[in-house]
Amino acid sequence: MMLEVKNLHVYYGSIHALKGINFHVDKGEVVALIGANGAGKSTTLSTISGLLQPAEGNVIFQGEDITLTPAEQTVQKGVVQVPEGRKIFATLTVMENLEMGAYTQRDKNQFKQDLEYVFTLFPRLKERQKQLGGTFSGGEQQMLAMARALMSSPTMLLLDEPSMGLSPILVEQIFEIVQSINKKGTSILLVEQNAQMALSIADRAYVLETGEIKLEGSAQEVLHNPTVIEAYLGGH
Amino acid sequence: MNRFAGTVNLRELLRPVGQMLVFSLASSVVLSLIVIVLALIMDQTVVGETLLARSKVSLLTYTLVNLPQVILDGLTIGFVYAAIALGYTMVYGVLEFINFAHSEIFAVGAFVGVELLIVLQIYGMLEGGSLIGAYTWLIIAILAGMIGAGLLAISVERVAYRPLRGAPRLVPLISAIGVSFFLQDAIRLIESLTTGQFHRIIPTFGNFDERLTFGQIPIGDSVIALGIQVKSIIVIIAAVLMLVGLNYLVNATKVGRAIRAVAQDRATASLMGIDVNRIISLTFLVGGALGGAAGVLYALKFTRIDPFVGFFPGLKAFTAAVLGGIGNLTGALLGGIILGMLETFSGTYMSAFTMGAAGAEYKDIFAFAILILVLIFRPHGLMGENVAQKA
Repeated sequence: MMLEVKNLHVYYGSIHALKGINFHVDKGEVVALIGANGAGKSTTLSTISGLLQPAEGNVIFQGEDITLTPAEQTVQKGVVQVPEGRKIFATLTVMENLEMGAYTQRDKNQFKQDLEYVFTLFPRLKERQKQLGGTFSGGEQQMLAMARALMSSPTMLLLDEPSMGLSPILVEQIFEIVQSINKKGTSILLVEQNAQMALSIADRAYVLETGEIKLEGSAQEVLHNPTVIEAYLGGH
Repeated sequence: MNRFAGTVNLRELLRPVGQMLVFSLASSVVLSLIVIVLALIMDQTVVGETLLARSKVSLLTYTLVNLPQVILDGLTIGFVYAAIALGYTMVYGVLEFINFAHSEIFAVGAFVGVELLIVLQIYGMLEGGSLIGAYTWLIIAILAGMIGAGLLAISVERVAYRPLRGAPRLVPLISAIGVSFFLQDAIRLIESLTTGQFHRIIPTFGNFDERLTFGQIPIGDSVIALGIQVKSIIVIIAAVLMLVGLNYLVNATKVGRAIRAVAQDRATASLMGIDVNRIISLTFLVGGALGGAAGVLYALKFTRIDPFVGFFPGLKAFTAAVLGGIGNLTGALLGGIILGMLETFSGTYMSAFTMGAAGAEYKDIFAFAILILVLIFRPHGLMGENVAQKA
């Protein structure tokens, strides 16, 4: 098992945001975590990456307990979060953003390889290396954010709402790239409101509702579950 | 570690030098034109007549003759302000709060440097030596001031600001003011326990007090010598070196990129593997060290220091940082130069232009009036980013 989350409880002040959730991601899998706004999806990712600390429960990555590992050390263990809303460094150039992503990378050759890899995934970034990140459109920013995360050669990628605010064509492009990243061996935990899209590329899925996991199964099972269709897929 | 080790980014070395030249030239030219026009106008009035009767010199000649000296003095103090202002602006950049204790960190730097020189003098190390020896000791004193002030700044952040990181914005501000008072009294206590006096005078050594003269201009009954003190040259060169170094650190190194990333978004920076607390400590170290060096340079220029020596330079430098746009390094440089120039120009000419009614003691009115004007029309400072755009 790549990643295992056990009985995770997280509070924001007095708000009980996660009420003891359990799930896991196997090696090489794409796992989708779907649910409405405020269900606790981003909270889950931030707790795994170490930005938030749980009141109870454990996060286990490759057999190691990383529950209390701070964010800057989680990266070095191979888990990287692409935060909601891209959060690229607007006043840094594209190249500087990518170098930031490789902050923990000490190996010069690996850096060059990773750079080449993200430039083949996102050719547009190569053309615009010297441009400031803040001048990019939403789709380009999403690509930059993903490229930046890949620069640390992660074993596991946590994607938070990559489709947010993007046109359907761009969403499709982004998800194709997610699939190709996965094919290269990176496990992916994908948080999405766009359930249809997420389920189309996921191996398995969990449905999160007000801090609890309400449903789990293979992507196909979840896709054809009547409650999911009713609540997240527009009732078709 | 640094994947660009070995390559020096020449552009980032030259850019700040160019900026400094432009800012210095522009502010000199603008202010000179203003005083020359004022002098031309006032020569026709009772102001000019009075001066002519008393000193046998027209107001215009008086203005022109003093001009080179005023510009040099303005630049000297302007660069000191800029070096202090960078400390305020760097901390504001990463934490968005004003480190009001920075003026005392500057003072501690001055004391460390001056006390070291006094000890060296007591042991007879400063006397009779060669010029190279004197400059070596001065550099050591500046470095000691930098180290002392830098370490102090780190400790202040660790003890007084970090525990309040999540608190409302006013809380660390009050804490900073508390630290500021605490440090003032700590300097007083230590000085009175060890030396029995609050005022310390930097020892006279080397050729720092000598004047390089370029020529003499007779006006009326008196003769004015044109020249610059060696120590002013030292202050300018040292400040320029520091400003260039800082610019290089921030804009052309890996650590600098991390500082800029943390300044922009702390949470995301930590997702990149950046230890945010370490970068914040580093920011305080660098800002404190610049302030400490400025303290020693200030002591060199004005010779006497006391525990409250940081207050006015600190306030002016803070003003300079706001004037230039707080959080913006180039802005701090511009603000420092403008403020230093304004202060020296008004200090020199106000008395002559008002027939002695308002003397040099009113010089700060101009500096702060300009600040208020700038803030009315450009609330984010001359070079600051629009806050609305950032969000």
